[in-house]
Amino acid sequence: MLQIEGWKRVLIWATCVIGLIFALPNGFYSKVETYNDSKVAGLDAMGWPSFLPSGLVNLGLDLRGGAHLLGEIKLAEVYTTRIEAFWPEVRNVLREERATIGAIRQQDGGEGELRVRIGNPDAMDSAMEAVRSLARPVTSLTGGLTDDIVVSAIGDQLIVMLSEAEKLATDDRTMAQSLEIIRRRVDEAGTREPTIQRQGIDRILIQVPGLGSAQELKDLIGTPALLTFQTVVGQTGNPNGSAGIGNELVQSAENQSLYYILERNPVVTGEELTDAQPAFDQNGRPAVNFRFSTTGARKFGQYTTDHIGEPFAIVLDNQVISAPVIQSAITGGSGIITGNFDVVESTRLSTLLRAGSLPASLEFLEERTVGPELGQDSIDAGKIACIIGFAAVLIFMAMSYGTFGIFANIALIINIGLIFGLLSMIGATLTLPGIAGIVLTIGMAVDANVLIFERIREELKTAKGPARAIELGYEKALSAIIDANITTFLTASILFVMGAGPVKGFAITLGLGIITSVFTAIFVTRIMVVIWFEWRKPKTLEV
Amino acid sequence: MRLRLVRKHTTVDFFKSWKIWIGISAVLVVLSIVSTLTMGLNFGIDFKGGTTIRAESSTAVDIADYRAALEPLGLGDISIAEVFDPSFRDDQYVAQIRIQAQEGQESIASDIVLRVEAALQGVAPGISFPSVESVGPKVSGELIQSAALAVVIAITVVLIYIWLRFEWQFAIGAVGALVHDIILTIGVFSALQIKFDLAIIAALLTIVGYSLNDTVVVFDRVRENLRRYKKKDLTEVLNLSINETLSRTVMTSVTTLLALVSLFILGGDVIRGFVFAMIWGVLVGTYSSVFVASSTLLRLGVKRDWSKPSNTDGNQFANIDA
Repeated sequence: MLQIEGWKRVLIWATCVIGLIFALPNGFYSKVETYNDSKVAGLDAMGWPSFLPSGLVNLGLDLRGGAHLLGEIKLAEVYTTRIEAFWPEVRNVLREERATIGAIRQQDGGEGELRVRIGNPDAMDSAMEAVRSLARPVTSLTGGLTDDIVVSAIGDQLIVMLSEAEKLATDDRTMAQSLEIIRRRVDEAGTREPTIQRQGIDRILIQVPGLGSAQELKDLIGTPALLTFQTVVGQTGNPNGSAGIGNELVQSAENQSLYYILERNPVVTGEELTDAQPAFDQNGRPAVNFRFSTTGARKFGQYTTDHIGEPFAIVLDNQVISAPVIQSAITGGSGIITGNFDVVESTRLSTLLRAGSLPASLEFLEERTVGPELGQDSIDAGKIACIIGFAAVLIFMAMSYGTFGIFANIALIINIGLIFGLLSMIGATLTLPGIAGIVLTIGMAVDANVLIFERIREELKTAKGPARAIELGYEKALSAIIDANITTFLTASILFVMGAGPVKGFAITLGLGIITSVFTAIFVTRIMVVIWFEWRKPKTLEV
Repeated sequence: MRLRLVRKHTTVDFFKSWKIWIGISAVLVVLSIVSTLTMGLNFGIDFKGGTTIRAESSTAVDIADYRAALEPLGLGDISIAEVFDPSFRDDQYVAQIRIQAQEGQESIASDIVLRVEAALQGVAPGISFPSVESVGPKVSGELIQSAALAVVIAITVVLIYIWLRFEWQFAIGAVGALVHDIILTIGVFSALQIKFDLAIIAALLTIVGYSLNDTVVVFDRVRENLRRYKKKDLTEVLNLSINETLSRTVMTSVTTLLALVSLFILGGDVIRGFVFAMIWGVLVGTYSSVFVASSTLLRLGVKRDWSKPSNTDGNQFANIDA
């Protein structure tokens, strides 16, 4: 009657063992962390057997300490810049029609608008027609093609705006550029595992563990990305060496111990760059193509003509990203940067060059700093609370249900192990409310067992013999267990979807805790009870 | 020898004085609403915007000194509260300083934080600031919306689930108990003016989950007993079901409370409000699943014939309209 098939037993125990193996690294947190770090750094990783999983539960900022920033990119600013760049073209096409539309004059427009007053409002239609000819196709949301600009008219004023599809495309570009710039800057600070994510349409979430204050992070992100092309005077390994009057020492980005002596006054700045694209040089090596504005092209052409064979430095935010040798005079206003990069780097560099400084201003909506000591205090307090609460529950269960209570306790210990195993497997983040979720799970996980044990007690009064009572107990308690846990799981899921930051951490541990506790109650305690029953074959049963 | 919190066989009549229980609940609900409306909630910066600074020093906190130091900065409403916790070291004194959201600014300007920190260093040398949090009004507005939405969605989803699994009367009973629990929890936060922040919303949703857990277990037994005792009076069936599940209800509440109380005492001051909400929720949730949910079920009446398979399912929908 009371039996579990062999393959099921194997499956249940195997699940437990696998879960516990995945949880294991968390028991040796700092050891495994060092191991993982050296592995990432490409070093010979030591101190942890490589055949074991090395995934760890990430600690949230509230536990590890660090800075958290939520910024909003002012996307609309880019529309204005973009549309204003249309003015020369618009002016040119309208001038050609001067005979019919009369004199034209640019007016002050609202945000993201280009307004032109037309001498002869009667010819507005042909003016609009002319401007529309400038439109380029973009892919719209529905997948079809649409124009990138929208032309309309009010009275004698012609209004040019970006189309919705073009705005969306622009938004995506702006956000990608901003993320790239911010990522590079945060990386520069040399902190580990920063999180930089786009959130919603125009927001960027930045989390940097271990950073002393959100202010530091703001300083880092807030600095303008300054790109300059400078004359190289020499190189040195001494960061404190004197550069000479009118020169400066700038560190190399690739080689931290290498410093360039540069003329302070730049030849050209990034403001005069209009485009940069990843490309390949004649030898097929990854490179970056760039294009200057007219004034930039003139300056750069003059300079390169005079300095063939000499190196010049491309400096971004006070670091030399490359110092190529001028091969030939670059008078066409475009050039190519070759360096020691692969395709990924050339793409990245071109993005940076294109972007230069943040494309639009960034406003900080939310900032949080947690000191590492406070985080450590929270971990310590959480640990103690977990252990005491855990012990209390274990004792209470053993006192209430005797042998069966012990089974439930073993299952509870496995349960906690499984939660950590799952957390490590999916790389979830443990937060302070997450610890509370685990403690709550400890308390509630026994519920399923309690339901079963109470049911067995009841069935013992009526059923024929202990084996039947146990069987009925599991069978009849099941619907209550399933219904009760599904409802709790539903609320945990809603929390996960709707919640922010730490609350999400709570939802994760609560949700996983429900899954593991149902598993351990239905399968693990059952298998223990069955094994015990087969071994003891009791005639009477006390639960 | 086993530890038994509930006698082996109980025959408590839970509905003998149901009017008193419903009366008490109604009074508490009204008091909670009145308290929330008159005293308001002590919203944290998550919902109100503003800045909180946690200041830690090795000398005792003198709130008056702190206030005097910050007054000249003209930052509007500033609240300073000393924090106590048994886990603190002997020479560890912690204060929580809250500054209202500044006019026309999203997150607080960094120079203000620096000035506040400098001013406090003036009165308490060696003071450190282990956490500084600042939330702009835009984000806090969204947080409050999504939090309220989360609670409403949770209740709706649960209502639908129970309706599908049981009957609409059960769903109303369970949700009545839920709403009761949530209102009482918000009420106690208002009455005691405990900080109400994002984590408390998580606690509220957990209470939703816990209270339901309890209610569903009782209802499951009610459903079973309705099938078994077709002739018994509904009051009797409900009483029997509650009595049969009483031992389990108490056991689970006790184990959960054991874990939570340990977290409340030892878990540090940062999550104490959160844990308090859950402890309160477990107490109220246990009470409400017995008294509120079941009493509601008793008043609404319930379909008695569960033996026939679902050819009456269509009536459920008709009943809702009726």
